[in-house]
Amino acid sequence: MALSTSFRSNLIKPLTALTALSSTQHLRRPFSSSVDDSTALTIETSVPFVGHKCEPPSRNVETTSKELLGFFHDMALMRRMEIASDSLYKSKLIRGFCHLYDGQEAVAVGMEAAITKKDCIITAYRDHCIYLGRGGTLVECFSELMGRQAGCSKGKGGSMHFYKKDSGFYGGHGIVGAQVPLGCGLAFAQKYSKDETVTFAMYGDGAANQGQLFEALNMAALLDLPAIFVCENNHYGMGTAEWRAAKSPSYYKRGDYVPGLKVDGMDAFAVKQACRFAKEHALKNGPIILEMDTYRYHGHSMSDPGSTYRTRDEISGVRQERDPIERIRKLILSHELSTEAELKNIEKKIRSEVDDAIAQAKESSMPDPSELFTNVYVKGFGIEVAGADRKEVRGVLP
Amino acid sequence: MNVRDALNSALDEEMSADPKVFLMGEEVGEYQGAYKVSKGLLEKYGPERVLDTPITEAGFTGIGVGAAYYGLKPVVEFMTFNFSMQAIDHIINSAAKSNYMSAGQISVPIVFRGPNGAAAGVGAQHSQCYAAWYGSCPGLKVLSPYSSEDARGLLKAAIRDPDPVIFLENELLYGESFPVSAEALDSSFCLPIGKAKIEREGRDVTITAFSKMVGLALKAADILAKDGISAEIINLRSIRPLDTPTINASVRKTNRLVTVEEGFPQHGVGAEICMAVVEESFGYLDAPVERIAGADVPMPYAANLERMAVPQIEDIVRAAKRACYRSTAMAATA
Repeated sequence: MALSTSFRSNLIKPLTALTALSSTQHLRRPFSSSVDDSTALTIETSVPFVGHKCEPPSRNVETTSKELLGFFHDMALMRRMEIASDSLYKSKLIRGFCHLYDGQEAVAVGMEAAITKKDCIITAYRDHCIYLGRGGTLVECFSELMGRQAGCSKGKGGSMHFYKKDSGFYGGHGIVGAQVPLGCGLAFAQKYSKDETVTFAMYGDGAANQGQLFEALNMAALLDLPAIFVCENNHYGMGTAEWRAAKSPSYYKRGDYVPGLKVDGMDAFAVKQACRFAKEHALKNGPIILEMDTYRYHGHSMSDPGSTYRTRDEISGVRQERDPIERIRKLILSHELSTEAELKNIEKKIRSEVDDAIAQAKESSMPDPSELFTNVYVKGFGIEVAGADRKEVRGVLP
Repeated sequence: MNVRDALNSALDEEMSADPKVFLMGEEVGEYQGAYKVSKGLLEKYGPERVLDTPITEAGFTGIGVGAAYYGLKPVVEFMTFNFSMQAIDHIINSAAKSNYMSAGQISVPIVFRGPNGAAAGVGAQHSQCYAAWYGSCPGLKVLSPYSSEDARGLLKAAIRDPDPVIFLENELLYGESFPVSAEALDSSFCLPIGKAKIEREGRDVTITAFSKMVGLALKAADILAKDGISAEIINLRSIRPLDTPTINASVRKTNRLVTVEEGFPQHGVGAEICMAVVEESFGYLDAPVERIAGADVPMPYAANLERMAVPQIEDIVRAAKRACYRSTAMAATA
C-alpha cells in the first residue's frame, strides 16, 4: 500500500544535519587537553522545528560540555536499565506488564535538562526512564519491577505505577489517556498555588485520539493553565500504526486553537529546546502541544515481539540512522570532549552499576503480608477488612 | 434548616476555613448551582475557587483528581451521579486506587458530590442509584446523608477527609426541612465517617435505610407501632465503610432485619448488609432477612409505573410484618 511504504520510509530519515556538522568548521573547537566542565557549546538540532500557530524556537541550542557528557551517561543508563529489564522479564522475575522505553531516551533526558524538579511530569505506563530522570534510583526501579519492598511503590504498584512526588513525578498510569486530564489538574493546582511551575503531561500517538484529551485541552485553554501536552509519537499504538488510527496524524496540530511544535524526539537537544520554549510559553499563554517524533525498539510490551506490524528493516534502520545515544556519541567525539575508549568505559561502568542494582534489588524481600491492608486509605478509622476468606484473614485499616 | 441550605453552609464554611478547598462542576458558579446548592459561593469566593466547567465530565473529573494529587482539596459536583459514569474511570482508577498503588505517596483528598437515585419523572437515564457500585470499591469512602444535620456534618467531614469521598445526595430531599441543633450549626461540627445513626429505637425489628428511604422507614415505623411492632430504624449515613457493628448489635437485640434501598436489588447495599449479618449474627436471626429495593427494571416514566419501581411505605411495612411473622397472607400459627 502506497500509504504505508511512504510512512515507513519517513521514519528512517538520515541525519543529514549531523553529517554536515563534522564538516562545519565554525562548530569545531581547537583540541584542548583539559576540557572545562562548563565550556559553552552551541549544537544545531537535526532538523528545524515545525510550528503550528506559533513561531518555532531556533535550531541552535545552548549547552555545555558537562551537559553533553551528562546526556550520554543518562541515556546509556536508561538504555541499559531497559535491556536488563527485558532479561529479568524473560527469567520471570518481572511479571505482568512491562513496557520498555529503549529508543525514546532522548525525550526523558532532554526534558529534564529544560526544567526543574518543581515542574511536574505525568505519563502513562512506559514510565521507568521518566522515573529515573526525575531522580529515582536503579534499585528502586528494579525492586518495584520485581515486586519487592525496596521498590518505589513498595512493590504494590508494579511496572506501570512508579511515582516520585517529591520530585514532581506523578506516575505511572495504566489507563490510556487518563494521565492527560490528571496532568491538567496538576497544572491547575500549580496555577492556583501561584507556583510559577508547569506540568508536562505525556501521552502516546495511541492516546492522542482519546476524547478526554480534548476535554482537558479545552479547559486548559479556557483557564490558561501551564500545561504542556507532550505526544511521544513512536508511530504505533500497540500494534496499530498511526495512519490506521488517526485520520490526521499531525498530533502537534490537533490542538487547533492551541499552538504546537513538531520536534525530532531522537535528538535530545531538540527536545531540550522545545521543552524550554514550551515552559516559557505555558507560563505566559497557557497550553501548548509538543509532538516528539520518536521510536521504540521493543514491542508495545514484553508480550509483543514488535515485528508483526513493522519490519525488522524499519527497526534496524531507525537504530542505524536516528539512535539518540549514537547521536550524542558522535557529537561528543566530533567536539573532542572524550574518546571512543572513554565512552566505552562509561558504558562498561553503567553495565556493572545496573548489574549491582539488580543484585541489590533481588536481595530485597517481598512485602510483608500485613502490607496487603495498608495504604487503602490515608485515614482508615481502624475499620476491619478481610482477605479472601473472611473468617480466616482479617486486618484493620490503619 | 433545609438540606440545600445545610449543604450550602457546609461548603461555605469549609471553603472559608481552608483556602485549598475549591468547587467545580457544571453551573455551580453563575447559575448558582443546578439545584442552587452552591448559591452565593461564586460571589463570595470568586471564579478561581468556584469553577463553572464545560459539559465534559471525563475531562473535568480528571482535572479535579490531578489537582488533588498536587495537594488541593477539590469538591467536584456531578449534576446527577448518572453523569458520573462518564468519569467513572477517574473516580476508580485515578482516585480510589492511587494511594494504594503508590504505597501512600499519592493521596487524593477529593469529594465527588451530587444528587443520586430517583427524582420524579426523570426517566431511566436520570434515576439510577450508585451506592452499591461505589460502595464496593476499596479506596473510596461513600456517604449518603438523610437529614440536614447529616448533610452538614457529613459533607464537612468529607471535605476534611484525606481520601476520595463519594457524597450521594438526593434531589427530592434538598427542599425538606429538619430541626438542627445548635451544635450542628457550629462551624466546627463534623460527623464521624463510618458510623450509622439509630434514628428511632425499637425492640422488634431492625430496618436499615439511607438517604430518602430513611424518611419512608420512619413513617413505616409509625404505622407498625400502631400494630404493636416496635421498629428500630438505622440511618446508615455511611455506605462505605458500612457500620456493621451497629447493624449487628441492633439485630442481636431485635432478631429481625429489613434492609431498604432505592437502588437495583441485585448486588445491592441490602445484599451486603444481609451477608454481614449472616456472618456475624446468624444465630440471632429469628426470621429470614427481608430486602426492599427498587424494582429490577430501568426507571419508567409513567407515574403509576414509576411508583411501582421505587419502594413505598407500604412495602416497608409489609416486609417488617413478614419478618415478624405477622403477614396477613400466612395462616396464623402463633
